[in-house]
Amino acid sequence: MDVVYFAWVRERIGLPRETVETTASTVGELVAELRAREDRYDLAFSDLTVVRVAVDQVLADFDAPLKDVRELAFFPPMTGG
Amino acid sequence: MAVRVQREDFDLGSELRALREGRTDIGALVSFSGLVRDDTGDLQELELEHYPGMTEAALAEIEAEAHKRWDLNATLIVHRYGPLKPGEQIMMVAAASPHRKAAFEAADFLMDFLKSRAPFWKKETGVKGAEWVDAKDTDEAALKRW
Repeated sequence: MDVVYFAWVRERIGLPRETVETTASTVGELVAELRAREDRYDLAFSDLTVVRVAVDQVLADFDAPLKDVRELAFFPPMTGG
Repeated sequence: MAVRVQREDFDLGSELRALREGRTDIGALVSFSGLVRDDTGDLQELELEHYPGMTEAALAEIEAEAHKRWDLNATLIVHRYGPLKPGEQIMMVAAASPHRKAAFEAADFLMDFLKSRAPFWKKETGVKGAEWVDAKDTDEAALKRW
C-alpha cells in the first residue's frame, strides 16, 4: 500500500511517500514494523499521542484494520485556520 | 455549499457578494477570515502544507455537517496553502442563513472543526529558524461544545 507522510513526520522520515509491503493487520502493527526498521521511523513514531492517521484519506485510529487499504497517511495534529 | 483550496489570495468582499448574488432569502451573512499573525516581530514566512484530496473531502464533510445542524442558505470555505507573509489572509469561512444566530453558530462550528479535522499544518520561519506550529489542546476541546 502507499504510505504518505506530512509536516514534521515527513521531515523526520525524510520521505513524502513510499510503497510498503506488509503483513500487518492494523495501523498499529504497521507502525511497530516501521519503528523496528530504522531509527528515523522510530523517532517519528516515538510519541503516538502527537501522530494522527488517515486510512484512505479518512481520519482513523491506530487499531484500524489494513485489509484492502490503498493509502495510509501519518501526520501531526492539524493546525489549519 | 462550496469549498476551495488554493495557493492564491482571495478577495473577501467579492466572495461574499458572489455568495449572496441574486438571492433574497438570506437574512444574515457571517464571515470570518484568518490572517498570518506575527506575535514577536520575527516572523518571516508562514508555510501552509495540506493533504491534497483529503483536505477537500474533509472540508466538504464539515460543511455538510453544518448544513444538517442549522438552517443555512449557503456556506463557503476558502483555505490557502503555500508560503504566506505576515498580514496575509490564510483562509475564510462564510455562513448565510435566514437568521443571525444560525449564521454565527455555523461559522463558529466550521472554524472549530476545520482547525482540528482538516489536514493543514503550519510552519513558521523566523530569524531563529523554522518550526512547526503545535496544535493546541484548546482546539480539540473546542469540538466538545458542539
